[in-house]
Amino acid sequence: MIWNWEFAAEALPLLLRGFVNTLIATVVGTIIAAILGLIIAVAIRGLPRWINWLVRLIVAFIRNTPLVVQLIFVYYIFAGIPGLVDVPALVIGFIVIGIHYSTYMSESYRAGIDSVPPGQHEAATALSLPPVRTFTAVVLPQALRATIPSLGNYAVAMFKDTPFLFAISVVELVTSAQQFGAAKFAYTEAFTLAGIIFLLASYPTSLLIQRLDRRLATY
Amino acid sequence: MPPTENTPTNPSPYETAGTTAPSTASASVAPSSSAPPAIEFKDVEKSFGSTTVLKNLNFTVAPGERVTLIGPSGSGKTTILRLVMTLEELTGGYIFVDGKPLTFEERDGKRVELPKKQTRAMTTRIGMVFQQFNLFPNMTVLDNIIEAPIHVLGKSKDEAVKEAKALLEKVGLGEKADAHPTRLSGGQQQRVAIARALAMSPEILLLDEVTSALDPELVGDVLAVLRDIAETTDITMLLVTHEMQFARDVSHRVMMFDGGQVLEEGTPDQIFNNPSHERTRSFLSSVL
Ligand SMILES: Nc1ncnc2c1ncn2[C@@H]1O[C@H](COP(=O)(O)OP(=O)(O)OP(=O)(O)O)[C@@H](O)[C@H]1O
Ligand SMILES: [Mg+2]
Repeated sequence: MIWNWEFAAEALPLLLRGFVNTLIATVVGTIIAAILGLIIAVAIRGLPRWINWLVRLIVAFIRNTPLVVQLIFVYYIFAGIPGLVDVPALVIGFIVIGIHYSTYMSESYRAGIDSVPPGQHEAATALSLPPVRTFTAVVLPQALRATIPSLGNYAVAMFKDTPFLFAISVVELVTSAQQFGAAKFAYTEAFTLAGIIFLLASYPTSLLIQRLDRRLATY
Repeated sequence: MPPTENTPTNPSPYETAGTTAPSTASASVAPSSSAPPAIEFKDVEKSFGSTTVLKNLNFTVAPGERVTLIGPSGSGKTTILRLVMTLEELTGGYIFVDGKPLTFEERDGKRVELPKKQTRAMTTRIGMVFQQFNLFPNMTVLDNIIEAPIHVLGKSKDEAVKEAKALLEKVGLGEKADAHPTRLSGGQQQRVAIARALAMSPEILLLDEVTSALDPELVGDVLAVLRDIAETTDITMLLVTHEMQFARDVSHRVMMFDGGQVLEEGTPDQIFNNPSHERTRSFLSSVL
């Protein structure tokens, strides 16, 4: 196994193009998961029992089946519906990843909401604040402090799950490394660079989350 | 006199020095009035699961009256205050505020729960200060105070801020408007909590051991603020305190509870100097 700088230089632009897809999937997936996760957490709390039960069932189902299976399943369902054939695989990818992670994030939100002390709800009642205002002005801002670091950790986990997108033929970072490696028989260069790119992106993010965690711990 | 005194709309409770309020805090004669009681408990029963804490409890508090609840730990004092603030579910009987039902009413001989909105409209007349302050840590001191006036009473932000600042001056914290509650001492936090409750111009103020969580040297400032409210407003007060001198000074009436029942009641002078029950005597000697 030898290192070829020429191959490496040739691989880099291709890898970065793949990395753009990785980033899009992660960022859009995170946004979907963060919003949907909150909706799920609130829904499980406030909705009538039977919907509540249904939401829990769906959440449990999504959480207990592998992401890659969900990706392939949804991809082929979409491919079979005439009007939806043209939906880009990347779009299907970030939607499925977003939904998958929303089930985890909803749990973080729930824990955050539960961590708000009862005295806060009592003070809101004593001030006659309506429930919606109590939630948006008192409970949620306090819950988010406890939730945001864990949402960040899920975003990093999601980032590391993006190679599964290869299963639905999205050329993200790892797939582009795979393709380049196969074409030039330069797997060492391609995958070393891919690893470095992953590390360069996720390690600073993890550090940032740690700092955020510490900053949010106190008011 | 502060200029806000003459503002006809939404006077702050502090500036409306009540005409019916006694001239001194140590008045021992309850204001008499033909108006319905500020608070009325009718056959109130409260149980937690299978434990009955209050049973067949009946009492009234007149408008402008200041009543102190005393009694041994577990006698139900906190529960009574929390019932008035609708923080506990009333499991039997009725509570009336200004003659109107608070959470339940009798309709065609049946006990029916009122819609939450109706109950919330009633609780806007009631304020409560908690032992643990319960300020909102995600808001500044000022935002804590203006939150409900804006979002419950529908005041404009300018007006709410102006009143909040006047209240902060009154409780001696004019400088702290932009501070976060966690940066304040317990005594300061409690005074903010008092200002926050007053910003709603409550007719009734509930105070549950508001100095119990404070270091002894911080108690005085908080009690001074409360004495001032007692002297300068006609807010009805229902309070639980272990500060017996304070209770003696500000209350018109003292009610001694035991086992969820009123064991005896009377003026502070009667109860503190000449109690008729042995249990009251032994309770008082244990706290004085
Ligand atoms: N949430 C609850 N669940 C079960 N029991 C409760 C609950 N809250 C209060 N109790 C019980 O109700 C009784 C009255 O309690 P309460 O707090 O009203 O007493 P208190 O007079 O305020 O006592 P203290 O002087 O210690 O504050 C106690 O026996 C208490 O254990
Ligand atoms: Mg108590």
